Amino acid sequence: MKDMQPHTPAHAPDGPLLRVEGLSKHYGARIGCADVSFDLWPGEVLGIVGESGSGKSTLLSCLAGHLTPDAGQVIFETRGGPRDTVQMAEPERRLLGRTDWAFVHQNPRDGLRMGVSAGGNVGERLMAVGARNYGAIRETATDWLGRVEIDAARIDDRPRQFSGGMQQRLQIARNLVTGPRLVFMDEPTGGLDVSVQARLLDLLRGLVRDMGLAVIIVTHDLAVARLLAHRLMVMKDGRVIEHGLTDQVLDDPQAAYTQLLVSSVLQV
Amino acid sequence: MNAPHHDPDYNFAYLDEQTKRMIRRAILKGIAVPGYQVPFASREMPMPYGWGTGGVQVTAACLVPEDRLKVIDQGADDTTNAVSIRRFFQRTAGVAATEKTTEASVIQTRHRIPETPLTEGQILVYQVPIPEPLRFLEPRESETRRMHALADYGLMHVKLYEDIARHGAIATAYAYPVEVEGRYVMDPSPIPKFDNPKLGDNPAIQLFGAGREQRIYALPPYTAVRSLDFEDYPFDPSKADHDCDLCGASGSYLDEVITDDQGSRMFVCSDTDYCETRRDAGHRGRFSPPEVQA
Ligand SMILES: Nc1ncnc2c1ncn2[C@@H]1O[C@H](COP(=O)(O)OP(=O)(O)OP(=O)(O)O)[C@@H](O)[C@H]1O
Ligand SMILES: [Mg+2]
Repeated sequence: MKDMQPHTPAHAPDGPLLRVEGLSKHYGARIGCADVSFDLWPGEVLGIVGESGSGKSTLLSCLAGHLTPDAGQVIFETRGGPRDTVQMAEPERRLLGRTDWAFVHQNPRDGLRMGVSAGGNVGERLMAVGARNYGAIRETATDWLGRVEIDAARIDDRPRQFSGGMQQRLQIARNLVTGPRLVFMDEPTGGLDVSVQARLLDLLRGLVRDMGLAVIIVTHDLAVARLLAHRLMVMKDGRVIEHGLTDQVLDDPQAAYTQLLVSSVLQV
Repeated sequence: MNAPHHDPDYNFAYLDEQTKRMIRRAILKGIAVPGYQVPFASREMPMPYGWGTGGVQVTAACLVPEDRLKVIDQGADDTTNAVSIRRFFQRTAGVAATEKTTEASVIQTRHRIPETPLTEGQILVYQVPIPEPLRFLEPRESETRRMHALADYGLMHVKLYEDIARHGAIATAYAYPVEVEGRYVMDPSPIPKFDNPKLGDNPAIQLFGAGREQRIYALPPYTAVRSLDFEDYPFDPSKADHDCDLCGASGSYLDEVITDDQGSRMFVCSDTDYCETRRDAGHRGRFSPPEVQA
């Protein structure tokens, strides 16, 4: 059981990688997420859980710059110092999106180019940041296919010819190839068979540990949260109602809603 | 049909002055931002879209009565498409026509750049079917616009990567993408990649018109143009390993012509004016017919 715990970050860094302050997003009169604040440290995995419609995806999209929040700050420790990414000009934010950040979608179709070979999918981020040596790009792509357990012989196949689990692993390779420091994941194991999920989770755990990635992962599945996340935020109606170490939140939930959430899952 | 003055039933060069001004504004903007696709309100022209209505509108907006117009299609002045566009402007603008590259002030082209080097003061107008070089991999217009705005061109190299992965070399032979002045990636229209080196540092003004897609873009004189490639798969304009069988030219783009029903073939310059000019000057090729040798 012990080795099923998420690893603790290797070394204590100088400061948080991400500092979120009072982040809110409304859809007209409806709350998407409201007044969310937290810090994320390098190498740390933060899980966001909560029932459907609680604002998990809205929050993640605001953090990743896919949605513009109505209020709040998302301060990222860039290589040039801390910057509020909400206020950044779009070119800079997009550059961040293909270098230090990565986003893994629930549906691989949203995160892959289905008409492009596996190698081209993995190589795209490299080429986007200026890689211009075909041989080197291909070598890196081959290496990454191996790291996500896809046979190198499939490098020229299109993702359409891949199973759902393979597509998701390819999406992960495509995202991690440029060595990001922060990865956003929205239900990365949703929609997969249980056995396929387990393999993907093992793979993710290994990559997160080896690369020292900071991850913000949205999930319905508390088992996934327990396996991957160091800390958990519980959301309800767009607000964070509980926040703490994963084991504490799951084993000793304080909020009545979290107690309900935990018990209902454990009964399944 | 070949009236020396323009047909009084039409405004000069067919389009009304308001429309020509609108197109000229788009052209000027294109020249100011080389390689950037400027949207314009394309007009119905009395010919189908596939016939180069974008190029025709650009030409119409550029023409002045003193111009001498040359029109080529795949390098030839005498194809149906080239002839009908030339006649169209002879009739509606009354401008002089020529087949000589050196004599033309405006050249409208489909799929070629003349072999004879262009000079300052000349305008080369390209007919463009699909102006968007990223369309192949990204169908969403909103997304390709954003990519251009942010110079987010990784996808363009993905296309070349896919070429090499599939064919062992960059198989793109036409409409080979270029980067303009280190900024915009541009589709040079379906010219053979053989012509790509002529795009850059050219003394002439190069204008590109896409009618159906309603876009105009431009290369002002002496613009830096680079064909995209990889370090280990450098751009190769791929010269034919033949000489022209009629004029002996060794550095021109050749068409393969079947000469009889036994399958005999010959290779001739696709640029008919270039070939004729050389033959008139006494150059001869392997199959120069005796009557030409006289
Ligand atoms: N594009 C949108 N327009 C209007 N309302 C939206 C939009 N997207 C989300 N919402 C609303 O915002 C709230 C939060 O939705 P969100 O998708 O963030 O929830 P979620 O926690 O990710 O849910 P799920 O677990 O079902 O994915 C919900 O009330 C939802 O209906
Ligand atoms: Mg969601």
